[in-house]
Amino acid sequence: MRASPARIALYVVSALVLVYLILPVLIIAPISFSSARFLTFPPPSFSLRWYQQYFSNPAWMQATRVTLTVALLTVVIATPLGVAAAYAINQSKLRIMRLIHMALLLPLVVPIIITAVGIFFVYAKVGLVATMPGLVLANVMLGLPYVVISVLAGLQSFDPAQEMVARSLGMNRLRSFFAVTLPQIKSSVVAGGIFAFISAMDETIVALFISGGQYQPLTKRMFTALRDEIDPTIAAISTLMTAASFMLVLLASTRQKRSG
Amino acid sequence: MTTSVPDPSQKHQRREHGLMLALVSPALLVILALIVLPVGWLAWQSIYHDGFTLENYRRVFTEDVYWRSFALTFEISLAVTGIALLLGYPVAYLANSVPKGWSILILSLVVLPFWTSVLVRAYAWLALLQRTGVINQFLRYLDVISEPLALVHNTFGTVVATVHILLPFMVLPLYATMQKIPNDLMQAGASLGASPSLTFMRVFLPLSLPGVLAGCTMVFVLCLGFYITPELLGGGRTVMVSMLVSRNVELYNQFGAASAVAVVLLLGVLAIFFVVSRFISLDRVLGQK
Repeated sequence: MRASPARIALYVVSALVLVYLILPVLIIAPISFSSARFLTFPPPSFSLRWYQQYFSNPAWMQATRVTLTVALLTVVIATPLGVAAAYAINQSKLRIMRLIHMALLLPLVVPIIITAVGIFFVYAKVGLVATMPGLVLANVMLGLPYVVISVLAGLQSFDPAQEMVARSLGMNRLRSFFAVTLPQIKSSVVAGGIFAFISAMDETIVALFISGGQYQPLTKRMFTALRDEIDPTIAAISTLMTAASFMLVLLASTRQKRSG
Repeated sequence: MTTSVPDPSQKHQRREHGLMLALVSPALLVILALIVLPVGWLAWQSIYHDGFTLENYRRVFTEDVYWRSFALTFEISLAVTGIALLLGYPVAYLANSVPKGWSILILSLVVLPFWTSVLVRAYAWLALLQRTGVINQFLRYLDVISEPLALVHNTFGTVVATVHILLPFMVLPLYATMQKIPNDLMQAGASLGASPSLTFMRVFLPLSLPGVLAGCTMVFVLCLGFYITPELLGGGRTVMVSMLVSRNVELYNQFGAASAVAVVLLLGVLAIFFVVSRFISLDRVLGQK
């Protein structure tokens, strides 16, 4: 290909933008393995002390347990709800379904700070502030759109006639769904669940308002710590969280690819 | 009056409708209870406190603090959208014009930060930009500067980190739109004697505008409600609308004022979506993440 000056400029600009995008993601890991108390780059020597500090601190460990529990429960609840809803939206010809579909995407439209404050007021009335069920419910709501979007995309490439065939051969609806439909949309269901998990793991703003006491997730403690001082322990936690997210996304995308 | 014999197919259809509504209702219930009701509550609280009152809105629209915050939020969102478009367009263009393997690589690099927590990225930018941060140390090492630059705890730091977080929302719709522009059109332009830059300006650019609109809408709207980055990187001076909401709740217990600010912000966002939906399908805007 002929490399005109415009083309070369395009390469250079794009490369710089990509560096800008990637650099912050890559910078955290070396900081987390540094022995220095204060941020120095390049790190003076390799050390695991920040990881040690993280794993030996009961408050961080408790927050980690809360985050993992909330994220797992979110997946367990949001995935079946989202699959059922996506199935109905895809099958039904009722006009109201369009409206319901839009309603299910609301968490993506409403600025999260508004959702957070609103939930805080409602929870304050019903006594759900600083409780586990409150935290899980809020994350189920925030994770639903990801499941619905992913499963709807899967259902659109699935031929519903197959389920009709199974039913005409005498299977009831539920069995035919589990035996015929579900195996074929499995990868989009798994991908939706994984996205709901990551969404719950990363969620910060709602947790800032409604979580408290012993039920504070990692992100809330990180946020508070970041406001006060820069503690390299956060670099260690960030590195672990990023690694977890990437592995999950990789898992989701290979699954999606396999379904073709 | 004729008594209608129940039509079996009609009865079947009604059962089918009932079943579908039953399937969708648990998810809908969660949405109604946890977002529709809370937002409705906010709206109610903004106009009702021992009787109807517009006092909260009067304050939002007349008091200086609120105006400044709304103006600042609007300016930052415009700047962020403009910068994201300037940075995102070339990347999307390049991804669209190189062989498949390369475009997959470029797009993976674009979405990689997408899946890193916003909090983690705010931390990374603090590490990079602060007085003793990586960039200042590097510049001093090179002897470019003698005093560390104030790169963070101000509007600059907020904008740098916000653009970083929102850039994927710009690149993806741009790329999706560019993918649909047939290559023949460029070749036709070239064969008619137009220079590459003329074909770009007259053919490619106009055809990519729906993507530009989708990307700009998403970035602008998301930026309006940004909270974590301005809070951590703004140094307390960059008070965006979202921070106004949280401070009114957490520091001053001004629930009515917080609600009014939230309602104004939400109406702004919905108005933008409504106007944009006249031009392009909203799926295009929302279906990215």
